Amino acid sequence: MTRIGSPRGVRRTARVALVATFALALAACGGAKVGEDTTSSAAPAAGGSGTAAACGTVNIAINPWVGYEADAAVVAELLQSKLGCTVVKKNLDEQVSWQGFGTGEVDVILENWGHEDLKKKYIEEQKVAVEVGPTGREGKIGWFVVPWMAEKYPDITDSKNLNKYADLFKTSESGGKGQFLDGDPGFVTIDGPLIKNLGLNFKVVYTGSEAALITSFRQAEKEKKPAIGYFYSPQWFLSEVPLVNVKLPEYTAGCDADPKTVACDYPVYNLDKIASAKFATSGSPGYDFVKKFQWTNDDQNVVAKYIAVDKMSPEDAAKKWIADNQAKVDAWFAS
Amino acid sequence: MAVLEAAKTTRPPAAPPAATPTGPVWAAHRGAVVAGVIAVWVVLWALLRNRFTLTLDTASTTDLHLRINDVRDSIDAGRNSNPLFLYVFNEIRLVIDALTNAISGLIAQPAFGRPVPLLGWLGVVAVVMFVAWALGNGRVSLLAGAVFVFFGLQGLWTQAMDTLALTLAAVLVSLLIGIPLGVWAGLSDRVNRVLTPVLDFMQTMPTFVYLAPLTLFFLIGPASAVIATLIYAAPPAIRITAHGIRSVAPATVEASVALGSTPRQTLFRVLLPVARRTIVLGINQTIMAALSMVTIAALIDAPGLGQNVLKALQTLDVGTAFNAGMSIVLMAIVLDRVTTAMSERVEVARLMTPQAIARRPYLLGAGAVATLVCVYLSYTFANYAVFPTPEGTSLGYIGDDIAGAADAVKDWAQSNLTFFTQTWKDVSTAWFLDPVEHLLVESPWFVVVAVAVVLSLVIGNVRAAVTTAVCLAVVIGTGLWSDTMTTLAAVLVATVLTVLIGVLVGVWMGRSRGADRAIRPVLDAAQVMPSFVYLIPFVALFGATRFTAIVAAVVYSAPIAIKLVADGIRNVSATTVEAALSAGTSTLQMIRKVQLPMAREALVLATNQGLIYVLSMVVIGGLIGAGALGYDVVAGFRQSTYFGKGLAAGLAIVMLGVMLDRVTQAASGRTGGAKRR
Repeated sequence: MTRIGSPRGVRRTARVALVATFALALAACGGAKVGEDTTSSAAPAAGGSGTAAACGTVNIAINPWVGYEADAAVVAELLQSKLGCTVVKKNLDEQVSWQGFGTGEVDVILENWGHEDLKKKYIEEQKVAVEVGPTGREGKIGWFVVPWMAEKYPDITDSKNLNKYADLFKTSESGGKGQFLDGDPGFVTIDGPLIKNLGLNFKVVYTGSEAALITSFRQAEKEKKPAIGYFYSPQWFLSEVPLVNVKLPEYTAGCDADPKTVACDYPVYNLDKIASAKFATSGSPGYDFVKKFQWTNDDQNVVAKYIAVDKMSPEDAAKKWIADNQAKVDAWFAS
Repeated sequence: MAVLEAAKTTRPPAAPPAATPTGPVWAAHRGAVVAGVIAVWVVLWALLRNRFTLTLDTASTTDLHLRINDVRDSIDAGRNSNPLFLYVFNEIRLVIDALTNAISGLIAQPAFGRPVPLLGWLGVVAVVMFVAWALGNGRVSLLAGAVFVFFGLQGLWTQAMDTLALTLAAVLVSLLIGIPLGVWAGLSDRVNRVLTPVLDFMQTMPTFVYLAPLTLFFLIGPASAVIATLIYAAPPAIRITAHGIRSVAPATVEASVALGSTPRQTLFRVLLPVARRTIVLGINQTIMAALSMVTIAALIDAPGLGQNVLKALQTLDVGTAFNAGMSIVLMAIVLDRVTTAMSERVEVARLMTPQAIARRPYLLGAGAVATLVCVYLSYTFANYAVFPTPEGTSLGYIGDDIAGAADAVKDWAQSNLTFFTQTWKDVSTAWFLDPVEHLLVESPWFVVVAVAVVLSLVIGNVRAAVTTAVCLAVVIGTGLWSDTMTTLAAVLVATVLTVLIGVLVGVWMGRSRGADRAIRPVLDAAQVMPSFVYLIPFVALFGATRFTAIVAAVVYSAPIAIKLVADGIRNVSATTVEAALSAGTSTLQMIRKVQLPMAREALVLATNQGLIYVLSMVVIGGLIGAGALGYDVVAGFRQSTYFGKGLAAGLAIVMLGVMLDRVTQAASGRTGGAKRR
């Protein structure tokens, strides 16, 4: 009658389970306990004798491009190692990052490309953000062709001659005209009016993302197919495929005032840093450092290459660059 | 695994069959009428080409778009004094943040003063296996254990746990809201009528539209990510629960009432238990929908696998993105199989022998003890807390090999296939896409509206025609008519391709069990793999074009069409097939004359679902060259000045969705009615 409850299978299963867990427990005896040795690296370096004022937490917005990631990696590494700050990186789009100033969740944007509308809204009107000065880098937007074309057709690098080659750029998307590629809708472009006002037989085709734009250029260079479009530096891709700039009528102050009649090159953007008003007035040594932080396009390209091409983690890339450039780093901390 | 699959398929037809035996004259000659309408359209297009087309330049905005911006700005400026923010949104945020952080501290992130989460990898694997076994069966338990260990071997343990934590939080909140609402909608027709359009809206409004505003309301953090996810993930739970309650046989309810049960007793003792299996299906669909949001939520700093995909995209690192995408696919497969096994548990339990039933408590007890030991070990010892890294050994992560293999495949394809893919793209664009687009975009708006209304009437019914008229009126109101027509052209071409593939592969799968077994996992993967992963190879193969977007949409939508057609073919009664066979029918005749006509309802349903899925890819299309509405939505997310335009574009997409859904549903209702006669 009572055999039902105790078939051999149960005991066997139970025994296997017990033996297995016991074996695990035994194996664990050789291992370190949680908190014994892992804490040393995890514990914040705050309270070290070198730091005067407490730095506290710095929230850095990480906008989605590699150059920005390079800035943030170096800044974060130095904030942590030199000043003992707690750094929180937040992966955000530009617009959302600016919103974060208002809601108090973003302290710093390290590489701002223009965005006059957002500056007006958050710096002038809401007064929740402040400009922290230039990054030392120049953002250059312009028209570019794939390198093989510049070599084969040397005069293609002047916009005046583009119509001669328009037929080469025809695709299924360009409606009988030459195809001009635009990228991420987040970036300000005046390519449509420019093409019209310069009388060029081209049509803007919106690839819709930076990834699609870069892939289009990369594939065109590989297959020696024509491609022309909007691009910018600093950008890690230029070290892989050195796109060639196409000359546009020179930029003069105010020539781009009316988007309907604009017929000149893009201005040079002095990329700048933005901080929340709260962070700027906090007295944190972190803010003083962010304010002093400046480096060149070449510096940034090195770190961006470590990340994008050599596949290093941002932390390792930053450490490597810092070790190789002690003099520059020291200058940021010299008082 | 389909996100909307069950949600939509189980929705009762929107309208009763309109065509009665004494229906209008044209009902008898539908095909001829449709052909006639299109012929008239082409003539009008030729005559009035490029007039009254309501075009709006890509960089331009309308007054409406700017007004929406102003509303956004005033909300933004007043958020510190607005009582709605102070007492409602803040409270919601605090609760959801606390919930998410608790789950995350349990399995994913350092918390409670510890350098590691409470449960280490061993504990998580043990708990997952135990739960899968106790609520499902041994097979899914082993699958779950293997997959979770695999996350660690891929080098993605922490990211996978972050994703799991966020998904669990979103699913919990979704169910907490969704199941009661679903029960209510199941019991009350009025609630159901009010909820349906709201749910349509939640499921078809592109997430990009509300992602940035969400961070205004709920700040940057777990709450916003969870809410973004649940807006998309809760509707299936609501719909399927309502459907489950509704499909309980009325006789069962009447019997319960006759026996003197109170409404409350009827609900808890009769309706809910009987509908249980359907409700579990709803939970399953909600989980799948939540997982499909992983990459998009990463745009507002949601941690986890989505971050890996996005970061890899910045450097065009397809292999790394694929590795992370694979984790998402595997997690989806595990959660799908475990919840499915849970829903079958009741039946399985009924078939168990008395011995097995008596044995079960002991087995469960032993399992629980073993699990607790593992939990304790992973709480205490570093080796079981943090997944071992291959550092210091000659081994690497499996993930690196997976990434390498994916890159190799991509490189090979990009070097060897571009000639074919480019030719394919050029031919399809010139012969199919361009003609449809010219017709829609270059015709005067009133011609298109008239044609659409008449076609809705002929294919569907009066109600569908009214819906079409209203939806198109709203589209005109958004100021984005021309973009909407461009998008509609691409959506229609993509849907035709989807249905074609659905029929070809679906018939094959429906007729052959072997084919079904081999293909189904591929379909599951294609549905759950984040589309961001394959965008770059597609752009390399086809260029940044409208056709590329169509291909991406077909990859996502064909699986559901294939599955529905396969099920339809398999459900054709065996006796019919045998009868036809004995009458000497050839294979081709069998498919054309017997199986496809009998599976007609499934075909219409596959078209409906194909459309909805294609539509959900419009925004992704905007990222790879489709332009039009998809681009407008992305621009609205990326640039503050285009916020209003992006919202308007999102609304236009919703309108397209509602219109196409109602017309195809009306058509399916009609064919159903025709068959019954």
